[in-house]
Amino acid sequence: MQKIHVADYAALPERAGQVVDLGGEQIVLFRLSNGEVKAVENRSPHPKGGTLGEGLVSGEYLYCPVYDWKISLNDGKVQAPDQGQVKIYQVDRDGEQVFVVK
Amino acid sequence: MEKKNLVMIGNGMAGVRTIEEILKFSPEAFKITIFGDEPHPNYNRIQLSTVLQGDTVVEDIILNSWEWYKENQIELFTGEAVTQIDPDKKQVISEKGRTVPYDELIIATGSSSFILPVPGADKSGVTGFRDIKDCEIMIKTAKDYKKAAVIGGGLLGLEAARGLLNLGMEVDVIHLMPHLMERQLDAAASKMLKQELESQGMNFLMEKQTAEILGEDRVTGLRFTDGSEIEADLIVMAVGIKPNVQLAKDSGIYVNRGIVVDDYMRTNIQNVYAVGECAEHREIVYGLVAPLYEQGKVLASSVCGMETKPYEGSLVGTGLKVSGVDLFSAGEIEDDPKTKAIKVHNEFDGVYKKILIRDNTIAGIVLYGETKDSSRLFRMMVKKEDVSGMTSVSILESGCCGGGGDSSDVATMANEEIVCGCNGVSKGTIVDAIKTKELTTVDEVGSCTNAGRSCGRCKSLISDILAHTLGDKYDTAAKKTALCGCTDLSRDEVVAEIKEKGLTSIKEVMNVLGWKQEEGCSKCRPALNYYLGMILQEQYLDERDSRLVNEKMHANIQKDGTYSVVPRMYGGVTTAADLKKIAEVAEKYDVPLVKLTGGQRIGLFGVNKEDLPAMWEDLGMPSGYAYGKTLRTVKTCVGAKFCRFGTQDSMGLGIELEKKFERLDTPHKVKMGVSACPRNCAEAGIKDFGVVGIDGGWEIYVAGNGGTDLRAGDLLETVKTKEEVMELIGAFMQYYRETANYLERTSKWVERVGLDHVKGILADENTRKELNERLDKTLEKYNEPWNEAIENKEIQEKYYQKREIPGKPILV
Ligand code: SRM
Ligand SMILES: Cc1cc2nc3c(=O)[nH]c(=O)nc-3n(C[C@H](O)[C@H](O)[C@H](O)COP(=O)(O)OP(=O)(O)OC[C@H]3O[C@@H](n4cnc5c(N)ncnc54)[C@H](O)[C@@H]3O)c2cc1C
Ligand code: SF4
Ligand code: FES
Repeated sequence: MQKIHVADYAALPERAGQVVDLGGEQIVLFRLSNGEVKAVENRSPHPKGGTLGEGLVSGEYLYCPVYDWKISLNDGKVQAPDQGQVKIYQVDRDGEQVFVVK
Repeated sequence: MEKKNLVMIGNGMAGVRTIEEILKFSPEAFKITIFGDEPHPNYNRIQLSTVLQGDTVVEDIILNSWEWYKENQIELFTGEAVTQIDPDKKQVISEKGRTVPYDELIIATGSSSFILPVPGADKSGVTGFRDIKDCEIMIKTAKDYKKAAVIGGGLLGLEAARGLLNLGMEVDVIHLMPHLMERQLDAAASKMLKQELESQGMNFLMEKQTAEILGEDRVTGLRFTDGSEIEADLIVMAVGIKPNVQLAKDSGIYVNRGIVVDDYMRTNIQNVYAVGECAEHREIVYGLVAPLYEQGKVLASSVCGMETKPYEGSLVGTGLKVSGVDLFSAGEIEDDPKTKAIKVHNEFDGVYKKILIRDNTIAGIVLYGETKDSSRLFRMMVKKEDVSGMTSVSILESGCCGGGGDSSDVATMANEEIVCGCNGVSKGTIVDAIKTKELTTVDEVGSCTNAGRSCGRCKSLISDILAHTLGDKYDTAAKKTALCGCTDLSRDEVVAEIKEKGLTSIKEVMNVLGWKQEEGCSKCRPALNYYLGMILQEQYLDERDSRLVNEKMHANIQKDGTYSVVPRMYGGVTTAADLKKIAEVAEKYDVPLVKLTGGQRIGLFGVNKEDLPAMWEDLGMPSGYAYGKTLRTVKTCVGAKFCRFGTQDSMGLGIELEKKFERLDTPHKVKMGVSACPRNCAEAGIKDFGVVGIDGGWEIYVAGNGGTDLRAGDLLETVKTKEEVMELIGAFMQYYRETANYLERTSKWVERVGLDHVKGILADENTRKELNERLDKTLEKYNEPWNEAIENKEIQEKYYQKREIPGKPILV
């Protein structure tokens, strides 16, 4: 497993996704209003695909910008009535540094 | 014409109502300044009883919000008393030394609680019951102390006592006379009232006169003239009120018990008027709002220099706002040899009615336990109707036994019957307003007619009238739809709450209105952002992260996460230079698709997010907002400049419209079209706003739609000039902005509210003007978003960058 320093905490704006390229794999970091940082794959779980980075963040949920699906940022699960799952990544924070473990 | 200076001292119910009337008559005549020594905007003092009883909170009783003063350009100084009037120099001076000149001066200082001049009356824990501050003292005291004594068994005293019981205190009510409310009730009714209140937990000490208030700094009890004592931690003095007249007196204005006024509310000094509880008219000082509002109407007309009937005094009716008590009283209460009384006393049902008749007309009414007949009887009394031909049963229509017949149901109610006693509003006026203004809620009726805006007693009747007038429609209107799953409140309720409570941010709305999902969802966040921006025209700080992707990014997202870029091309008119720039940009950034859009302009599709700011910079054109809930395009035809059929300069008007309305937030997207003759090459008939040139004028069509539900526009009006087109479209647009649901196109909105309704609203020149003023104010706040992104590094970083990883991966 790798621990990758993806961003500095202070540089992450609240409730606006930040896309990072991890060697071809695109990850979005979301800093929630409660201070936590979440990381998901930048790909809508909708069968037609699309990105997630510009979605609207509310509490611990993300609304897909392309199809408006409601997605939990804790476990990546799409909320009823829709179904699906986004790939999520473990985030570690060491003071200022934010890491993604994969 | 130069505006005259109108100054008002006192920011209370009678005064501000007078100002409302003045604004109705001559909105432009005066530059208005108001001084109020309380720190609040005008609130409903009557409802302090309900606040104390815990049924409402202070924020809910505001009658005129801070916004209202602003919108009407009233200069308001709160928490600042006027200390001097100088009638020679025609100016007033405040306690802060502020001097304001007047051409007309209204004194509306109301009255204060009368505090008994007994030893100890200045101790802490003694209060009157008059304003928000008094209420706050009582509410606070109830948290730390147990025993309250209310001195005075009249209306105010009993309402205060009920409130203190609700606050968990033990309450003694001390009354000097043998009967409660002896000025409104006879012995029999008074006895029933006392029994009811005792069963609610009040303790009465009758025929007791307070001699002294006991305690060190804080009260501990009371001693009466008979030597007996009781304990008390809080003393509420409700023995009467005294008009605030000192200021007038010191300034040489003639004062008796109140400030003496004539039938036009003029004092003895020129250009100085008095209204409300501080005024004395024909030796009477009134203490209820109904007569004060009548005074206000007359005063407003006389200040505006309009013909008016003189104010000749009022008869008043009183109720008591204590739950479980239904009571009404007006006029005389005690029989004498010349009166004949109709009496009903049904002890079993707790109903008592007494109608006093003198010279064949009603001279007094006392109703206890059932007050259905009150407004009809009161009207008969005011009109001095001859009752000699009536039987006692027909006078007391609802019968003698509580329930009675339902003859006073709204269906059979006469049109001139007064529904709202406080504001003198008849059933006919309410029904008319409901029909012509298409009102569907009690609050709407209130804002159009004032009915229900004072003591609130008439609200259930208003609701019945609504139901009766609207039939099934009322039920559907009442079945509101919630804004989204995060709240039970409807759009209208949310908007009303924002206005009333002065909420200023999405977060605040959600907190105060108890949102179920803490940070809302993708439905309510953009909607609230819109409503707040619409209401707080200048101050609101737009919350970009509550907008959905397209409006947040100022570009339309495509299915693969790329974006489209559509620059403005006003009226579909371009230049060779601009076309070259677009071509160069398309090449430089390798844009996969260049296409003419259905809106007469050029779209660049499939652009990478990171390229957006640089592309916008290279283009140097404003955003065409092809992505926003705002003005999209204004399609035009070539028109009179080139076309042989053209009658008007359609391109010119189209460009003007686009330049004026671009960037404006609207409930849904708005499209326009301008053609120069009825051949209508710009398809103006299926646009939200379509303008068609005809010989010597323009036809304005509204609410057309070429999208999902095809709808031809309706002809709104035919006008002569371009200016009229701009003015009408502006007013229509703003009315749509203020009343439509978020995400409701003009077509759906007009079908919902009715074109005639909108036409009715826009028929009034003043309304149009005000709508345009609010619109123009809103338009001032916008910045060009692409330019903002180019210039602001923070925006670029937050929204348009792809991040590099700062460090190397560490193996774990
Ligand atoms: C680019 C354009 C099509 C084109 O290639 O010509 C277009 C593209 C889109 N239209 Fe449109 N509409 C375009 C003209 C129209 C027109 C024709 C017109 O404006 O004269 C209509 C019918 C007229 C009308 O609106 O009354 C039209 C009716 C719609 C509707 C249905 C709206 C309705 O109320 O029924 C939608 C869906 C919506 O807004 O909810 C829509 C939505 C869309 C969206 C924004 C869908 C989306 O959210 O992604 C499309 C964005 C495509 C993209 O990748 O950027 N578009 N769309 C046209 C842009 C015009 C412009 O310059 O701004
Ligand atoms: C608890 C309670 C219940 C009531 N219930 C009812 C009811 O059920 N029905 C009914 O009809 N009426 C009721 N009333 C009476 C009604 O509220 C008053 O009649 C009405 O408010 C009087 O209006 P006003 O404008 O004359 O005075 P106010 O509303 O008192 O306004 C006068 C304002 O002027 C301010 N002021 C005074 N002097 C100065 C100065 N020198 N400079 C600046 N400002 C000054 C005062 O602070 C005050 O804010 C009730 C009153 C109370 C207190
Ligand atoms: S609408 Fe009339 S004026 Fe305009 S281009 Fe068509 S024919 Fe010519
Ligand atoms: S009767 Fe008081 S508000 Fe209508």
